[in-house]
Amino acid sequence: MNDIMLVSLIVTIITAATPLLLASLGELVTERAGVLNLGVEGMMLVGAVAAFAVQFTTGSAILGCLAGAAAGTALAFLFGVLTLTLTSNQVATGLALTIFGIGLSALAGSGFVGNPVAKLPQLNIPGLSDLPVIGKLVFHHDALVYFSIAATFAIAWFLKSTRAGLILRAVGESDDSAHSIGYNVIRIRYFAVMFGGAMCGLGGAYLSLAYTPMWVEEMTAGRGWISLALVVFAAWRPFRLLAGAYLFGGIAILQLWLQARGLLFVPSQVLAMLPYLATIIVLVVISSGPARSRLGAPASLGKPFRASS
Amino acid sequence: MDVKTNRRSLLLGAGAAAAAGTGLLSAPSIIGRAQAADPLKVGFIYVGPVGDFGWSYQHDQGRKEIEAALGAAVKTSFVEKVPEGPDAERVVRQLATSGHGLIFTTSFGFMNPTERVAKAFPNVKFEHATGYKTLPNMAIYNARFYEGRAIAGTIAALTSKTGVAGYIGSVPIPEVVMGINAFTLAAQKINPNFKTKVIWVNSWFDPGKEADAAKSLIDQGADILTQHTDSPAPMQVAQERGVYAFGQASDMKSFGPKAQLTSIMDDWGPYYIARTKAVLNKTWKTGSVWHGLKEGMVQMAAYGPGVSPAAKEAADKVKASIIAGTLHPFAGPIKDQKGVQKVAAGAKISDADLEKMDWYVQGVQA
Repeated sequence: MNDIMLVSLIVTIITAATPLLLASLGELVTERAGVLNLGVEGMMLVGAVAAFAVQFTTGSAILGCLAGAAAGTALAFLFGVLTLTLTSNQVATGLALTIFGIGLSALAGSGFVGNPVAKLPQLNIPGLSDLPVIGKLVFHHDALVYFSIAATFAIAWFLKSTRAGLILRAVGESDDSAHSIGYNVIRIRYFAVMFGGAMCGLGGAYLSLAYTPMWVEEMTAGRGWISLALVVFAAWRPFRLLAGAYLFGGIAILQLWLQARGLLFVPSQVLAMLPYLATIIVLVVISSGPARSRLGAPASLGKPFRASS
Repeated sequence: MDVKTNRRSLLLGAGAAAAAGTGLLSAPSIIGRAQAADPLKVGFIYVGPVGDFGWSYQHDQGRKEIEAALGAAVKTSFVEKVPEGPDAERVVRQLATSGHGLIFTTSFGFMNPTERVAKAFPNVKFEHATGYKTLPNMAIYNARFYEGRAIAGTIAALTSKTGVAGYIGSVPIPEVVMGINAFTLAAQKINPNFKTKVIWVNSWFDPGKEADAAKSLIDQGADILTQHTDSPAPMQVAQERGVYAFGQASDMKSFGPKAQLTSIMDDWGPYYIARTKAVLNKTWKTGSVWHGLKEGMVQMAAYGPGVSPAAKEAADKVKASIIAGTLHPFAGPIKDQKGVQKVAAGAKISDADLEKMDWYVQGVQA
């Protein structure tokens, strides 16, 4: 394998990992605030179709991305109303949100099937982007790739080192305690849920504007579920999430590569199921009590909050 | 009106001609019990979304053609995104119990569910695409896509500079394997060293993965892409990376104006109309149909700008010979991957053997 092929392989892995990273970062913040939103797939799809529709009509990639984020936020807000204000079951509501998102995006997108749009522009710094290997590897991606990595750092810093981050985590760990010292648990969770929706919407926008610049129904093809799994896989830590997203993306692409080279000695189906298998194992491990707290699952995750006074 | 159904709800096509004319779906409503002298209700189940711009999309075009051709005599409905599994039986049964007289199940994996429901509803006619089981009230139909693959292979060998084509496969069933083989055999008639690299994505529809597979194949020397998956993503990658590609199921020119050499298209409309008419005239009989270029069930899209005059001429010749019956894409001699002769010169592979093909010809790398 020569340099050019290796660079191309890594670039392909980056594009495969970015939508997973964007969506799972959002879900991570949501879950750290104690809310489990299983509607990632639905929010991604709504984000994808909104981003595509806006870019297709206005021609502006920036507006497209904003529309994707806004659509994800809107769907997340709906989830917030149902689970936070009306305290419905988060698991059931999240699943319903996915189904709703699939249907809504198909309805909204039916007029856009069969139309390509311009791909999200790639960074091009004269000099830097033309460097032999580094140029393509580091300085030749679209804005969302850089954004996703910057967002990882920003979220890690926010959760670890800011007062607001501490409050958000407190709400996720013990909503009653946070409430008793005067924090508005519901409002903080609304913010977290809507931020999660915005990031999922962006993840969807990445699919319909950069990954495969087109709209087709259910184009997420399960990436929302993988993103959900990634959060658990990463034990709710942003940098592990970054590594996990690239690992999952890497496995997916590497198996395609090995196939084309005729070097794959296990059936391709085995590798295709690896991300899911890894997730099931992690889920089994964390579902036992002690391991759950050791791995850092937010203690109030998925429990509806009702103010006692 | 432009309304789409939710997952697995039934959609009733009213205002058929208008819908077909505008290319939009017609308004949904709940299907009630059929009353006497009602129009014939024709049901379809699709494995993908009708908006996939590929396999299911083409079947849905066929459905619209029925409505356009037969008007008030029929009412069609469809259920999209039906998974190939136990759920399919429930959906077929639901169509059968809601007064449908003719039901098309349009994916290989619907075979056993269709068979079970057909046994329970002897008065309902069933048509199953790409399978091999028939009953007195269950017919099967399929298209000889491999004929189109042979034309594609011819063009590929005359267009490729590297002599390597990338083939994005969905799932390794005989249908897909015979396409890979027909493509490679046709290419090797022109360039004996021609190679086909295959990547299986293990899905009929995953635009992201199809695009990733396309990129991997291009990175490894393929300058022609062809696919047996349902989204236009590989075509888009080909356009972006400056290589050529063949479309699948639909004309994918809009996704690769420069890249598309041609597209192998399915045209189910005439068959669907004929079968629906047969039910209306009470002349419907079970059967097994495997139509190709000759009958028009397989069609080729207009050649793209990348097809040279020489390639055009060679492709037209292959097409004409297949239609005339003078050329069979699986005529011997054929060697397998290991170089063992599988078909002698002068012989050809029978339809029965094609339908269970599980080996690759020489030059396929998978």
